[in-house]
Amino acid sequence: MQDDGLYAALVRRGMTRRSFLQFSAAMAAALALPLSYAPRIAAAVEGSKRLPVIWIRGQACGGDTEAFLRSSDPDTVALFLDVLDIQYHDAFLGVAGGDAELARTSAMDRYRNGYFAVVEGSIPSGASGAYCLIGGRPAADVVREVCAGALATIAVGSCACDGGAPAAGSNPTGAGGVRALAGARYMALPGCPVNPVNLAAVIVHYLTFNELPPADLASRPLAAYGDLIHNQCERRPHFEFGEFATEWGDEGAQRGWCLYKLGCKGPETMGNCPTVRYGEKTSWNVRAGHGCVGCMTPSFWNAMGPAYKRLPSPVPFLPNVTVDMVGGALLGGVAGVMGVHAVGMGVRFKRRRMIAAHERAAAVPLGPLPPAVGDAGRRSEPAATVGLAPAEHGAADEADGRPDAPVGREGR
Amino acid sequence: MTALDEPLAAPAAPTGASAHGAGAAHHAVQRPNDRVAVYIWQAPVRITHWVTAICIVTLSLTGGYIADPFLIPPGGNVMTTIRLVHIITALTFLVSGVVRTVYLLAGNRFVRWTAFIPTNRTQFTELFRQAGFYGFVRSEIPKVLGHNQLAAAAYLALFALLLVETVTGFALDGLMGAEPGATAFAWLRELLGPQMLRLVHHLTMWLILAIALFHVYSCVLVDHIENVGVVTSMFTGYKFPTREEVVESRDGGPEVLEQAAKRADA
Repeated sequence: MQDDGLYAALVRRGMTRRSFLQFSAAMAAALALPLSYAPRIAAAVEGSKRLPVIWIRGQACGGDTEAFLRSSDPDTVALFLDVLDIQYHDAFLGVAGGDAELARTSAMDRYRNGYFAVVEGSIPSGASGAYCLIGGRPAADVVREVCAGALATIAVGSCACDGGAPAAGSNPTGAGGVRALAGARYMALPGCPVNPVNLAAVIVHYLTFNELPPADLASRPLAAYGDLIHNQCERRPHFEFGEFATEWGDEGAQRGWCLYKLGCKGPETMGNCPTVRYGEKTSWNVRAGHGCVGCMTPSFWNAMGPAYKRLPSPVPFLPNVTVDMVGGALLGGVAGVMGVHAVGMGVRFKRRRMIAAHERAAAVPLGPLPPAVGDAGRRSEPAATVGLAPAEHGAADEADGRPDAPVGREGR
Repeated sequence: MTALDEPLAAPAAPTGASAHGAGAAHHAVQRPNDRVAVYIWQAPVRITHWVTAICIVTLSLTGGYIADPFLIPPGGNVMTTIRLVHIITALTFLVSGVVRTVYLLAGNRFVRWTAFIPTNRTQFTELFRQAGFYGFVRSEIPKVLGHNQLAAAAYLALFALLLVETVTGFALDGLMGAEPGATAFAWLRELLGPQMLRLVHHLTMWLILAIALFHVYSCVLVDHIENVGVVTSMFTGYKFPTREEVVESRDGGPEVLEQAAKRADA
């Protein structure tokens, strides 16, 4: 293919000037830039060479590649990614074996410090890296090599960002993300799969401003991962109005109500799915009637589960226990213990009253009855116990033979 | 209004000739069975106590709805309103907590941090003597005017749990993009992840409710045993122990009696 620049390649693929400008505007929107940046983006893309890309795949399902490859009617974003100078991608290569390795190494030499390394899939460290080999070498070594000579590394998809599904649960292969292998210029684009719009937007940002877009603590571009999915969701009004689907297929679900009670993780997940959508911008999962699973959150498989409940079980190994069961049991247990304790205390009070009465009866067998009312702060004893001293203070006070002073703040 | 503001370790007030002539000798309290009004809980402490109590109930109910919308039929801005109530109550609670913290540092001897954290042997052993009383091992309740050490330990745990609720609450609020939680507690969201944050926030609510239940029960029980007006003291600020009890209490002494007498004269 001739290398006469990105724009020429786009035009050869049938892109019109009009749709190119629409693409520029869409990229400005995806980067959360004002529309006035669209001409600047268009000029930058027009003036660019086709950016060399080396695309490495570790433990991946291929979904991130599929996300932009499988367009029946390729949109401008798919076209843009298509015309990038992809020097190496194991699924696209016409050659195999040693020739494929040669394609990568020669591209690395030719475009040293001038290509983008895109990594898809997790990189295992278990068994000295034997779980994933590229050309007979551990994927980690190859990725480290490729990233070392790259302009920047972009991790696409949740697996490349933090290990994703291969790192879930007991993580048998010791899978992890690319962060540790990449250089300082690193950008994470989690999602399962990554949204091609976000990948294109990061590359366009680089072409326009010669730097990667601003990112959050997890290296995710803020333009795409800076707002809660919940805040952009088309079902949000139903949330605010307390209108929830409570079962799959119930009336609420049919009426398009909020999927919050069915475990939608939109209120906890940062992403732009509701605005950029998937599948040539036709839909995304909540629009299609399935709750968000939080795939753009770091370690989502472990951290965001269970997919169809609001909260995980607080008890390990007992997944069906809810936090309210534990809390209710705790509260009920405390109440029960108190009930038993109260009975015990009541028995103790009664016994003390009886002992005190016996002692007094033994001490003054013929004396006049003590006053029925003990210290003034205390209610009078019931009729049955008139003549017996009130418990506690009453008994002690009367043993002194001194009537109590009136309680209160008479001096105030 | 600043009676008893001197720290616990301060020397006893000189026992001059007062109207009651109390405190002349440590071992012989005059008229030991006379009851005196001792000012225990300063007004801001009482107010924050009840504000906190109302906030905990409100936050638990609204939080329960937010976690799992129930009971209220759809229609109207139900969730909007309940979340708004939850957040406004949380901010009220925060203000109340700040005021109480100030009194934890600068309040009188009964409400200051020294009443909560055992700093000497007497305070330590009191914790076990009080526990022994609840466990039917001891028949006598330790003599104390303010908090007994077991209650104080429970309140320390409660303060810690309330702090956990505040921090996780702001971190969750920050998830929606609301400041200051969005930036101030971003590290916590990164550390725990949003689901674990929510789980901690929810589970801590149950722990707080359990402590609150225990608190109500033990207050009524101790009120019944001590018979000095424990429950009403949280409304009026005063307890009514006998003169002997004031002097013999761990956090009492002749100087407390003296101050109570002065207060009564004023």
